[in-house]
Amino acid sequence: MATSAVKVYGWAISPFVSRALLALEEAGVDYELVPMSRQAGDHHRPEHLARNPFGKVPVLEDGDLTLFESHAIARHVLRKHKPELLGTGNLEQAALVDVWFEVEAHQLSPLAIAIVVECIFTPFLGRERNQAVVDENVEKLKKVLEVYEARLSKSKYLAGDFLSVADLSHFTIMHCFMATEYAALVDALPHVSAWWEGLAARPAAKKVAEFMPVGTAGASKKHD
Amino acid sequence: MKLYGATVSWNVTRCVVALEEAGAEYQIVPIDFATAEHKSPDHLACNPFGQVPAFQDGDLHLWESRAICKYVARKHKPDLLREGNLKESAMMDVWLEVEANQYTAALNPILYQCLVSPMFGGTTDQKVVEENLEKLKKVLEVYEARLAKHKYLAGDFLSLADLNHVSVTLCLLATPHASLFDPYPHVKAWWDGLMARPSVQKVAALMKPSA
Repeated sequence: MATSAVKVYGWAISPFVSRALLALEEAGVDYELVPMSRQAGDHHRPEHLARNPFGKVPVLEDGDLTLFESHAIARHVLRKHKPELLGTGNLEQAALVDVWFEVEAHQLSPLAIAIVVECIFTPFLGRERNQAVVDENVEKLKKVLEVYEARLSKSKYLAGDFLSVADLSHFTIMHCFMATEYAALVDALPHVSAWWEGLAARPAAKKVAEFMPVGTAGASKKHD
Repeated sequence: MKLYGATVSWNVTRCVVALEEAGAEYQIVPIDFATAEHKSPDHLACNPFGQVPAFQDGDLHLWESRAICKYVARKHKPDLLREGNLKESAMMDVWLEVEANQYTAALNPILYQCLVSPMFGGTTDQKVVEENLEKLKKVLEVYEARLAKHKYLAGDFLSLADLNHVSVTLCLLATPHASLFDPYPHVKAWWDGLMARPSVQKVAALMKPSA
C-alpha cells in the first residue's frame, strides 16, 4: 500500500484548522501541518485558492483528494480510519451522531465563537471588546448548555453511550471558550463539565491543545 | 415518518426535498408558532431546542434539517450519500458544508430581510441585503467554476449536497433577486436541472412563496 502524505494547510491556532488536526490525531494518522500566515494573507494567494476556492483554512490533502471545510475533513478522516466514530453501520446511531454534529455547528459554536472573538481575539483585530455582544451570546449559550446538560445526564456522550465525531467536533472551539472567564458556565453544569473534562483528557486533545495557546484570558484552572 | 413544522420554513422544506427524492412515506405535521406550540413539552421532546423541523421515525426523534435529510437518504436512497466510497462521500461532505457555511449563510439574511421581516410588519434592510448579495455573488463564482467541471457539486452524480440547496433557492425566486443566477450559465443549468425534478416541483408547489 502506497503511503500518501497527508497534509493540512493552515494556522493551528484556528479552532477550525485544529478540528482537522484533532481528527488526524484521534485516527493515529501521520500528517504534516503546512503552516500559513493569516497576517501575510497566504490564504488569498493563487496557490491556496487552487486548493480551496473559498480561500479559507483548513485544507486537507490526502493522496489525490483535496478537501476543505473542517467538519467535512473531520468526517473523512474518521470515516477512513475510525468509522465507528460516525456510527457507521447503525442507522440510529449514525443519525444521532449527525444530529449532535449539526448542533455543535449551528447551536453552540456560533455563540461560543462570538464570545471567544470578543474575549480573546479583539486585541489582534485592533479593536475593543464589545461587551453587549458578549452578554447577548452568553444568555443564549446558557440556554443551549441546559439542553446539553439534560442530554448528558442521560448518556455518557452526545450521540449515546459511545464517543463520536459529534463530541470530538466540540473540542477545539470549547478549548478556546474555556480560556475565557465564561468557562464558569460549563463549570456550573455537572454533566457538561464531566463530559468536557473527559474530552480534554484524551491524548489527542492534549496534543492539539498545545497548538492552541489561548489560555491567557480569564479564570483558569489547569496549566501544565 | 413524521416531519414537524410549517412549509413556509426553508429548513422544513429542505427535509421535504430529501423525503420526496428518497420516495419515503411521510406526513407533515404543522407546528403553530403563534400559539407557542414549538415550546410545548411534546415538541421539546422531539426537538429540545424548540425549533423546526423536528422528525420522528418510530422511536427515533431527530432534529436539525441536514441531519434529518442524511438519515432519510441513508435509509431510503443511500446513493445520494455514497458512504461506501471514500472519495465520493468526502466530496459530498465538503459541498454539504459549503451549502450551509457559504451559500445558505449568505442567502439566509437576504431571505430574512426580503421575505420574513415584511411578514411581521418589519422593513427590509437594504444594506444587509446588498452586503449579502455581494458575498453570495462571490460564492456563485466558485460554484460556476465547479459546475463547469462537474455536472453536480460533489462530482458527476446527484447527491444530497445538491438537494440541500433547493429549498433556500426556491425562496430566492420569491425575492426581487430571482435573476441572481443569470450571469452564471453553469449554475443556471444546474439549477434548471434540479427544478425539472418531480420532487422539486412538488416542493415548489408546497411552498407557494408569497410575493
